[in-house]
Amino acid sequence: MSEETKSPTPPPTGQPKPAAGEPISGTVQSTLVQKPEAAAPSKPAGPTPAAWDSPMVAKLKTHYGSGIREANTYLVQNYMIVEPSLVSELLQVLRDQELFDYCVDITAVHYPQREKQFDVIWILYSFPRNERIRVKTMIADGESVPSAVPIWPAANWLEREVYDMFGIRFDGHPNLKRILLPDGWKGHPLRKDYGIIQQDQEWVQINLGIESGQ
Amino acid sequence: MTDPTFHLELQEHEKTFLDSNELIINMGPQHPATHGVLRVILKLDGEKVLGTECVIGYLHRGVEKIAEHRTYTMFNPYVDRMDYVAAVSNGLGYCESVEKLLNVEAPPRAKYIRVILAELNRLASHMLWLGTHALDIGAITPLFYTFRDREEILKIFEKYCGARLTTHAFRIGGCLYETYEGFEREVKKFLEFVTPKIGEYEELLTTNRIWVERTKGVGTISAKDCVALGVTGPVLRASGVKWDIRKAQPYAAYADFDFEIPIGQSGDTYDRYIVRMEEMRQSLRIIAQAIDRIPEGPIMAKVPKVIKPPLGEIYHSIEAPKGELGYFIVSDGSTQPYRVRVRPPSFVNLQALDLMVRDQLVADVIAVIGTLDIVLGEVDR
Repeated sequence: MSEETKSPTPPPTGQPKPAAGEPISGTVQSTLVQKPEAAAPSKPAGPTPAAWDSPMVAKLKTHYGSGIREANTYLVQNYMIVEPSLVSELLQVLRDQELFDYCVDITAVHYPQREKQFDVIWILYSFPRNERIRVKTMIADGESVPSAVPIWPAANWLEREVYDMFGIRFDGHPNLKRILLPDGWKGHPLRKDYGIIQQDQEWVQINLGIESGQ
Repeated sequence: MTDPTFHLELQEHEKTFLDSNELIINMGPQHPATHGVLRVILKLDGEKVLGTECVIGYLHRGVEKIAEHRTYTMFNPYVDRMDYVAAVSNGLGYCESVEKLLNVEAPPRAKYIRVILAELNRLASHMLWLGTHALDIGAITPLFYTFRDREEILKIFEKYCGARLTTHAFRIGGCLYETYEGFEREVKKFLEFVTPKIGEYEELLTTNRIWVERTKGVGTISAKDCVALGVTGPVLRASGVKWDIRKAQPYAAYADFDFEIPIGQSGDTYDRYIVRMEEMRQSLRIIAQAIDRIPEGPIMAKVPKVIKPPLGEIYHSIEAPKGELGYFIVSDGSTQPYRVRVRPPSFVNLQALDLMVRDQLVADVIAVIGTLDIVLGEVDR
């Protein structure tokens, strides 16, 4: 974990290489803005997303118009990016009419450089169709998304975890409180501006009676 | 106190706090039957459970955060520490996800080795589940039997990759290690050894009156509730849904093998026991076929030394012993994942606990926690 072990080699080069390309050494510092979001894929410009063509998408597009911003296929996986205002209705339609009866996962991704900082992602599966799709929306910090608990009870803990880790609120959630971290904890660890060794020192001292070991 | 009309009138001086109808008690976090550090707050009326609340997170290590600060290769060993009794499955899911993101495929021989080890691990995981679950309910002998036989699986792991529990058996792109000298022979010997043993466990329990009384009709969950709650794995199948990712969306080499998906009807603890026992037999079938047909050839695909998947995201899931284990990985084109989300089966399955134990007895909570087969390392991550 020490940086000293690594230091003998890099100095001659003067300017270190862009952090993104360099296999991370033991540097445990926060990578606050280290990785440029949406960095242009320099060389391995792998497969590009293609339009997702299906009767379902066509139907939804005619119904919601530009509310469905994108519907793509990437690496044989289908996803659509939708307006946040549409989420509640769309998820209900997907379950009731398109038979996506199993909510596999709800998660989020933080992009601090973007104006709309968060991606919220619902991964859905349909038992009758044996099909998996992802619904994605983008929201700004402080905005909330509708809870999916009335649609799939499975969303309960999944949304609580997203709230715990990112601080995204879900409107209409029956019991939106932290799930993995203790209730009094401050901060949301999976945000990019939360350092990897950062923790709520105050909480640790009060509740555990110790100085943090790190 | 079978007569519901029976009601004891207490004198004023006899009244204590015990007279209240509702009682809140804590089970865990340090409790031998919670299989780790799970705390369940129980609201009771006498012995009847009115409601529960799980308090989790005691084992939270921030695996997803760690992933963002490690390279794809460096993160590989960490996944073993989530569901530590099925480390091979975790590794398989992670390696396959990154391979998909890189758009490479492991060579056939590597896929077969993966299937053999993953199924051995499923067997080990189910054996550990059976031993501890039976112990919770009061049968101590199965624990000794299953741990004795699980040892043989761990020995194979140890000979293959040097580790028994957190194996780190696979690498992105295939396997690092070729099978050792005599691997096929030893696995075959193990199959011969273990086949009658599963019968032995069944002999101890399947018709055992205490076992049947403690498990039949306990913790029943319907197929509809399972689907709504996102419950997967043997719990879902015991409720009668014939769904297994190995069949529905085959990964690794599972499309090549002939096996059945055992299902139950009533979705109670007993059915889940029967389903898992049958799954162990099906695993043996898969291993036997894989050993017979294992192809020759390379075990590592052409993967660059520095793994740098192109910009994009992927969700890939496998059938872990506990249910659907998924990885959602976002790549920003650098050597470190931008985000890794693990969809742990235990976490989602544990949500069903409340529904399963309502109106049952306190002792059944123990049985239901056991039958859900959770690993807290995976619940908390």
